[in-house]
Order: sequence, then C-alpha cells, then structure tokens
Amino acid sequence: MRTQALDRFCSWLEQTPLSQAIQAAGWVVPTVQTIHILAIAAVMSSVLMLDLRLLGMVGRDQPLERVTSRFRPVIWWALPILLATGVVMIIGEPARSLANPVFQLKMLLLLAAIAVTAGLHKDSRIIAILSLSLWVGIVFAGRWIAYY
Amino acid sequence: MEIDALLRALEATSVATVIRENESLFPWIESLHVLAITMVIGSIAIVDLRLIGLASLERAAARLTSDVLPCTWAAFAGAVITGSLLFSSNAFNYAHNSYFQAKFVCLCLAGINMAVFHLGVGRAIARWGAAAQTTPLPARIAGAASLLLWIGVVAFGRWTGFTLHATPLVS
Repeated sequence: MRTQALDRFCSWLEQTPLSQAIQAAGWVVPTVQTIHILAIAAVMSSVLMLDLRLLGMVGRDQPLERVTSRFRPVIWWALPILLATGVVMIIGEPARSLANPVFQLKMLLLLAAIAVTAGLHKDSRIIAILSLSLWVGIVFAGRWIAYY
Repeated sequence: MEIDALLRALEATSVATVIRENESLFPWIESLHVLAITMVIGSIAIVDLRLIGLASLERAAARLTSDVLPCTWAAFAGAVITGSLLFSSNAFNYAHNSYFQAKFVCLCLAGINMAVFHLGVGRAIARWGAAAQTTPLPARIAGAASLLLWIGVVAFGRWTGFTLHATPLVS
C-alpha cells in the first residue's frame, strides 16, 4: 500500500526536528536496533519454550499453566520495548519503513502473532506451530525491510 | 601478510562469490543468522536469569538447563554456519573491522565464562540449583557476565553492519 497521503506524511515526518536529530546522530539507529533485537530475542526464546512445551518436546513434567505464566509475560513486556524502539526507527527513516511493503507485511504478521499468542494457553499443536511460524516470519520481514 | 592472503582467497571461492553477487542470497542468509542469534541469546538469557536468581526460580536449575540448552546449541550451530557464509562474502573487510573484532572478543569471553562455570560452581548445580533455592555468588557472577557478553555480541554485530564499508583498510 502506497498512497499520496502516506508519501506526504513521510516527507513531513522526515523534516521534523526529531527526525533530523535522529538522522544527524549516527549512533541512535544502531543503538535502538540493538535493543530491538534483544527484545526480539526475549520474544523468540519465550515463544520457543511455550511452543516446545505445547508440542510435548520440552518440560512435560511441569504443568502447562506454569510454563505459560513464566514465559508469556516476557512477550507482553517485550512488545512495548519493540514498539518504542520501532517508532524511533520509523521517525528516523519514515519512507524506508512506512511506505515499504515488507514493513506493512511485518505489521500484518505482528497482529496475527499477537492474536495467536494470546490463545497460547490452549493445549493445541496447531496454535504452537502457527505462532512460531508467525514470529519467525516477523524476524525475516524485519531484516528484509533494509533490502526493499 | 599471510592472513590477508587467506582472507582474499576465501573471498575468491565460488560460494563467497555467489553470495556476494546474488541479489537476494545475502539477505536470506542474514535473516537466518538473525533468527539463530535471537534463539541463542534468548535461550541463554533464560539460563543466565536463573543463575542470577531473577527468574524461573520455581524450576530446578539443572532441569531448566536441560530444557533450554539443546535449543541453544542447535541455534548456535545455525548461527555459525550462516555467519561463516556471510563472512566469506566479504572476509577481508569483516576481519579488519574493529566492531567485528570486538564481537569475537565477546564471543570468546562468553565461551571461557561458560567453561569456567561448568568446571567450577556448575559441577554442583544439582546441590545448589534446587527449586526456590538462592544461587551461590559464583553462579550469579557467571550468569551476569554471560548476559553482558551476549549483549555485547549483538551490539557489536549490529554496529559491524553500519561501519563495514567505512573501515579504513589496513594494508
């Protein structure tokens, strides 16, 4: 999706003092990207632990509720960090992200992943495989933003 | 210098050439590398936080470790393979990039830290690592050091991507 209104918004955002400051300070983007990757690492490992438990491959000796209450809050805590660091990257380079089809795909995958992760307490193999696939897709889309 | 000749020879291999010249091969391998790294660091962090005494205290440390470490090692193997492929495509510049070098210093220190833990306090993990038990100081130090070193690996790795072409060449 690429509309004239979106393009206008991107060029306006690019000219704001905040965006200019982020562009001028070379350390900002790599720093927030590092925090973004660390937060993604927290999400991915938590999803992996939850899904492997749902698939019966890891920690079958403990009840599902205990695994869920240990790892799902990590995902919910990581999301605001991902959002905040993501917003900094968007403000720094609006057109590279907002108008990028891969970024838009990533956001759709994210909405689906959040919905599926919220349903992870159900003892379902399909939900386990679906959630892991969605989060892996998000990581891939995230890296591909740089190449589109 | 002999190492530089070796790096150039690595760049000239057919695998490295294909990765360098194909438009989408590098991003695909890079995506797999990022995926593997998130799994490595996230799973190590689960163990580290248990060792520090901040999370997963309801599970015995030895149990948690055997839950998590197979994933860590599998992901680490993936990160090494994809990382080697990415490195080969531009070996000379990577090897001469100071952020890339710092990443490897962190990686080696993380390995040494792990070895020291396993040969030292980690040998008695069954005794001090029971559920809900306070962890001993050496285990907490090992966990904290590991966490910091892996954060260093990610940070220096990300910085490598931003500085690769700006590095002055050392001849």
